[in-house]
Amino acid sequence: MKLTGAEIIWECLQKEGVDVVFGYPGGAILPTYDAMTKYPKIHHVLVRHEQGATHMADGYARASGKVGVAIATSGPGATNMITGIATAMMDSSPIVCITGQVGSKAIGTDAFQETDVTGVSLPVTKHNYLVTRPGDIARAIREAFYIAKSGRPGPVLVDITKDAQQMTAEFDWEGAAPRLPGYRPSYHAPASEYERAAELINSAKRPLILAGQGILKSGTTDEVLKLAKDAGIPITTTLLGIGVIPASSPLNLGMMGMHGEAWVNQAIQQADLLIALGMRFDDRVTGNLKTYALNAKKIHVDIDPSEINKNVPVDIALIGDLREVLAVIAPQVKKAEHAEWWTTINAMRGDAAVRDIQSLPDNGHLYAAHVINDLWRLTQKRDTIVVTDVGQHQMWEAQYYRHDQPRSLITSGGLGTMGFALPAAIGAKFACPEKDVWVVCGDGGFQMTSCELATAEQEGIKVNVAIINNSFLGMVRQWQEFFYDKRYAATPMTGPDFVKLAEAYRLKGLRCNKRSDVKATVDSTLAAKGTVVIDFVVEKEDTVFPMVPAGADLDKMIRRPKQDVMLESGSDKDWEMPAAPVRPAANGQAKAAVKAPKAAKKPAAAVPSRGPKTTKSNRR
Amino acid sequence: MAKHTLIAYVEDVPGVLNRVASLFRRRNFNIDSLTVGRTEQPGVSRLTVVVDATEAGARIVEANLYKLVNVLRVDDLTHKPSLFRELGLVKVRVTPETRAQVLQLTEVFRARVVDVDEATLVIEVTGTPEKVGKFELVLQPYGIVEIVRTGAVAMARGHELMSAAPPLVRTDVGADHHTDASGVSMSV
Repeated sequence: MKLTGAEIIWECLQKEGVDVVFGYPGGAILPTYDAMTKYPKIHHVLVRHEQGATHMADGYARASGKVGVAIATSGPGATNMITGIATAMMDSSPIVCITGQVGSKAIGTDAFQETDVTGVSLPVTKHNYLVTRPGDIARAIREAFYIAKSGRPGPVLVDITKDAQQMTAEFDWEGAAPRLPGYRPSYHAPASEYERAAELINSAKRPLILAGQGILKSGTTDEVLKLAKDAGIPITTTLLGIGVIPASSPLNLGMMGMHGEAWVNQAIQQADLLIALGMRFDDRVTGNLKTYALNAKKIHVDIDPSEINKNVPVDIALIGDLREVLAVIAPQVKKAEHAEWWTTINAMRGDAAVRDIQSLPDNGHLYAAHVINDLWRLTQKRDTIVVTDVGQHQMWEAQYYRHDQPRSLITSGGLGTMGFALPAAIGAKFACPEKDVWVVCGDGGFQMTSCELATAEQEGIKVNVAIINNSFLGMVRQWQEFFYDKRYAATPMTGPDFVKLAEAYRLKGLRCNKRSDVKATVDSTLAAKGTVVIDFVVEKEDTVFPMVPAGADLDKMIRRPKQDVMLESGSDKDWEMPAAPVRPAANGQAKAAVKAPKAAKKPAAAVPSRGPKTTKSNRR
Repeated sequence: MAKHTLIAYVEDVPGVLNRVASLFRRRNFNIDSLTVGRTEQPGVSRLTVVVDATEAGARIVEANLYKLVNVLRVDDLTHKPSLFRELGLVKVRVTPETRAQVLQLTEVFRARVVDVDEATLVIEVTGTPEKVGKFELVLQPYGIVEIVRTGAVAMARGHELMSAAPPLVRTDVGADHHTDASGVSMSV
């Protein structure tokens, strides 16, 4: 069957089971858009910016586990995609991006809207293709899908010249089967390594499972929970591992890392064995590598060999699909309780719990943590996906929204892409139309891609956007507060009236600035028909606690001041550091060290007030 | 840090050298030399990469090379009995007084003169990278006008490596993709 290259593209997408694509037309991709009209089974979502298309494809992929597809034209269309592609790359999200390219004869002539897109995207794609002949399109797209979703997933870009889209070729789906002699999506660790690993697990006194996104990708939540339960091993998750292990599971200690739970980071430093499952020891997880978990042996299970020993030297590496690894190792692991270890951890947890902002009475200020915790309370009975942006709200969400389902939190972890949330949520909604999709984002990140509200409106879909509005680039402000003597350079930020903005897009807008109004606001959002934008006007200079400063030892956290300080100042301006590193030894010692920091408290009065002008004017 | 010599067999497709070079730049690996050429098998090129790395670093380089879809096989020859060769062309200044000395050194290094004029000699030297470096060093006092070195190429001695290696190009694709690690050493 002879088809044009453009038709072959759609045939391939249809064969790959694609039901929705996110894209933006333009000159070099026009033949493909023209052919689209012949393929009504595939729904095309017109985005407002190509970055949005890639985030939507990413959100779609993360919510569904399928491959997301984004389409753009050459030059600026394709370069606009790069941020979204890099985001997908860092978080191992399977997306296929199809870009138009100028005619093959014009390549290299600096033709109108010509960019070397395969060159530009090379470092941020798992693989990419430049296709100049219609006969090569089918194989490139098949291979792209196969590469994107197999092994460690990732983005693949297929750049197709305009003439290749226009010319005809024989469409032979079978003949276009992937031929990838050099591609190794998975490996198998030798049996001897499994034995050594099982031995380590069986002899450990203070083991800890570090659960990452690999568990989600391999669908092994139940297997990991069973292993942890049988062997009495506590679990902590990475940011992208949230939801993979239910927050309600008593085995789940919570999130690790820079803004992880204090007791989790202390537990990591005291553990004698870390079992890393599908996580990659990111710097936001480890803190100072020189002092990271020095007492622990490490078992690293990952499908990607290049992750082994990259950041943290490990004792045993089991390279392969987590499902296979767990199937082999689980029968070799002996039952255990580790009661003493659990007692130690629970003692550390008790100390941290008293600092929790949730224990504070309503003092008239609206705290983001309260908003998010209330949001969780009000939506936990519903099937909900929360998509977060990047910044303070993202960490509060990770801390105070308790995810029990895999794929119920979608967030940009590795790249930390502001502007991710709204488009990714739109993608997630297309993947799971039956679920509630909430965006939790800051006023900064929201303004980066708020144009996609138009996409939501045009598509008639419902996403609930909760803007945690503190009129600051909050996380950057927090760093300036701690590490730059409160010189708030370029972090105070104004924005539009978000309610009016929503209305301008013919959407519903709501504002909430009192805790007592949160419930009513959320309820009326859920009751409303289309997309709703909520402007949660929260405390301006609130801080995410605890915090491990970048590059600091994992257990040297900046902690939330205790309650009395909080009530006195009505803000989180005060902070403290542990006086001495927590020695991972006996329980009593560790506990003493946790309590010690009181002595090292930094007096609030010593910090000169150098707030920016905008904080003085009350714009609420 | 030590020199590690890796052999990578790659599919001979457009952009493959760019992928390898981009990988080294992106991962901040330090390339000493990189050579590329054809192999006995059509469609397959062979890269010899010399990197400055620790033992663990070399494993990460190897793993990252494997991640490139167009890379078929990677061998680390560093600890295997291997042959290393490099070719250098050295244009050296000579005077009637020094000409004989330079010719004598050329003899000692088993190099050969490939071009002669009244003021210079061009000498072709082959051998290990160390030997080529040494030759350069001894000629320096005479005045080196120009020098070009190919970078090292390497090959394992004997026949063992060949028999242990997986086939370069596999035509079977699909489900079978998960069973091909047998020939690949990836243990830590």
